Amino acid sequence: MNTKQHFISLFEGIEQSDSPLQPVRKEAIETFSQLEFPTKRNEEWKYTNINPIVEKNYSSSPKSNVTQEKINEYLLEQTPTNVLVFVNGLFCEELSKIEKQEGIVICNLNTALEDHREKVTKFVKETTNNKEIFSVLNTALLQDGVFIHVSQNKVVENPIFILNISDSKEPFIHNGKNIIDVGENSQVSIVENYHHIQDGTYFNNITTNVFVAQNAHVYHTRLQMESREAYQVTALNIHQQKNSTYTSVNLDLGGGIIRNNINVDLQDSHIESNLYGLYLGKDKQLIDNHTFIDHAKPHCNSNELYKGILDDRARAVFNGKVLVRQDAQKTNAFQSNQNILLSENAGVDTKPQLEIFADDVKCSHGATVGELDSGAMFYLRARGIGEKEAHILLRQAFVAEVLQFVKQESLREKLEDIVMNHF
Amino acid sequence: MLKIKNLHVSVDGTEILRGLNLEIAKGEVHAIMGPNGSGKSTLANVLSGKEDYEVTSGEITYNGQDLLEMSIEDRAREGVFMAFQYPVEIPGVTMINFLKTALNANREYHDEKKMGAREILKLVREKAKLVEVDDDFLRRAVNEGFSGGEKKRNEILQMAVLGFKLAVLDETDSGLDIDALRIVSAGINQLRNKDNAFIVVTHYQRLLDHIVPDFVHVLHKGVIVKSGDKGLALELEKQGYAWLKEEAAAASS
Repeated sequence: MNTKQHFISLFEGIEQSDSPLQPVRKEAIETFSQLEFPTKRNEEWKYTNINPIVEKNYSSSPKSNVTQEKINEYLLEQTPTNVLVFVNGLFCEELSKIEKQEGIVICNLNTALEDHREKVTKFVKETTNNKEIFSVLNTALLQDGVFIHVSQNKVVENPIFILNISDSKEPFIHNGKNIIDVGENSQVSIVENYHHIQDGTYFNNITTNVFVAQNAHVYHTRLQMESREAYQVTALNIHQQKNSTYTSVNLDLGGGIIRNNINVDLQDSHIESNLYGLYLGKDKQLIDNHTFIDHAKPHCNSNELYKGILDDRARAVFNGKVLVRQDAQKTNAFQSNQNILLSENAGVDTKPQLEIFADDVKCSHGATVGELDSGAMFYLRARGIGEKEAHILLRQAFVAEVLQFVKQESLREKLEDIVMNHF
Repeated sequence: MLKIKNLHVSVDGTEILRGLNLEIAKGEVHAIMGPNGSGKSTLANVLSGKEDYEVTSGEITYNGQDLLEMSIEDRAREGVFMAFQYPVEIPGVTMINFLKTALNANREYHDEKKMGAREILKLVREKAKLVEVDDDFLRRAVNEGFSGGEKKRNEILQMAVLGFKLAVLDETDSGLDIDALRIVSAGINQLRNKDNAFIVVTHYQRLLDHIVPDFVHVLHKGVIVKSGDKGLALELEKQGYAWLKEEAAAASS
């Protein structure tokens, strides 16, 4: 297939025989050549046509002259302790700020590869899913990414920010891989942030693996504000051990076609997993969230709330699968997807899927699609609140239900501002 | 304060109010009673500006202004307060944020300075005593998960905080047990004064034991068929609405 050949030639262009990753990449590109890009005939991709993504001709890592001043506009905190900045997929050391702390490794993946060659190579190899074409493509064309390792008994006080800036008129592809490895009884908050400077067409194919060891707690926030012409396909794989907590808040505001795949693997008992998401679509945006929560052992909780507001011709897809295996007694699994359509041309395909093989569980799921509540509008106006202000209040209330899960107050307020200004 | 002349209102093409006349002066409490479907709630809804109620003829003047020409929010800002029979739940909007937004929207309309968060909290706490609610209540989302009694108390709290000239209580007693009814009506009675007026829409006489009306009007098939003092309500309680229907039938034949 032609489209695949383009990616294979990209691979040949970046071949680095001296890289320790070369054998892993080579294996990945071979697997890639055997797989096919999914079409709408594939159940998992039924509502999302990826042809526009894979038919483009991409270059890789175009040049950019982003300044520190520009970067500062996108920071979610005025003086972050740790921030890793990537521009068009390339790590910018001079724009980043990393504070050396005992028990924590924070660096870009290529640096990690130099320092911990074997470990990182193994990570990359093991986190490649040979059945997923975007995963093998990611490994084959892997440029860089983030490597965070928190050793055991370590509480990282301030969030670690990862800022990804895209700045190019020429179409380019970036394949990034993030590895977040959090040791036993530790805690960390990671904030990923995707921005664009020019309204270019580009494709960010990002894979993130989070390892949450026993009794560890991870807060993960992602703000996506890509160009309306851009594409992003993400795979977020969470591996949790006993008594651990993982909470993610995903905010998708930008992008032309966005597809997020989140897989949570609850490998032991007494685990809590929380997936929260908010998507705001305008124009012809398509935002597709696929989540899969796999309850394998007893006494685990999962909470999932995804909410979206769609205007113009924007579309959203929500597919939330929860599997409760036979051993997973006393599971609590709750899932909800709520949508507001502001235009009659906007739409959503929502599909909650619960598969339960244990008999002593509490599970629920629900999906709603509606307009802004006219009853609530009337009630607010009947108290003297003007129509415009009532609208704002109701939208704010709708999104607040998701944003409340951003634990850190200053970050939450900043995100609230960004979301409200986006309307 | 309020003059309703020959009011005809249709809902989905069906005429509900058929030439209603009513005059209310400040300081007065008027009870509107009548059987189900007589048009009681339609009257309340038309006053609040709810859509889907088509005024086919007649007029409503409120303090010299044409009420029907006013927007929903302007009616409220000019002092028409509607205490709803079924208050709407608004998840995600806390009571205090809601009261703050509403209060400042009203103040802005009247060219008054906006109130700060602390000042508002003080005011709200003061008024909250009227209907016996605490700070926890103020942190909850508007009406979300409120019991029937809490919802009605909330309406009265809003009435007290935002202020009003004409309050329309739409079946405020529905769904209330006697304890809740006592709290709600005690709150209302404390808000009564010589400058404001009330329209109390109710199916039952019981509420009027607590909120004693100056006038009682009986609504039947979209017109007021009988008016009197509080004694009329007691009469209705004893005899039901059947005799009124007969009287109305006799009058029209």
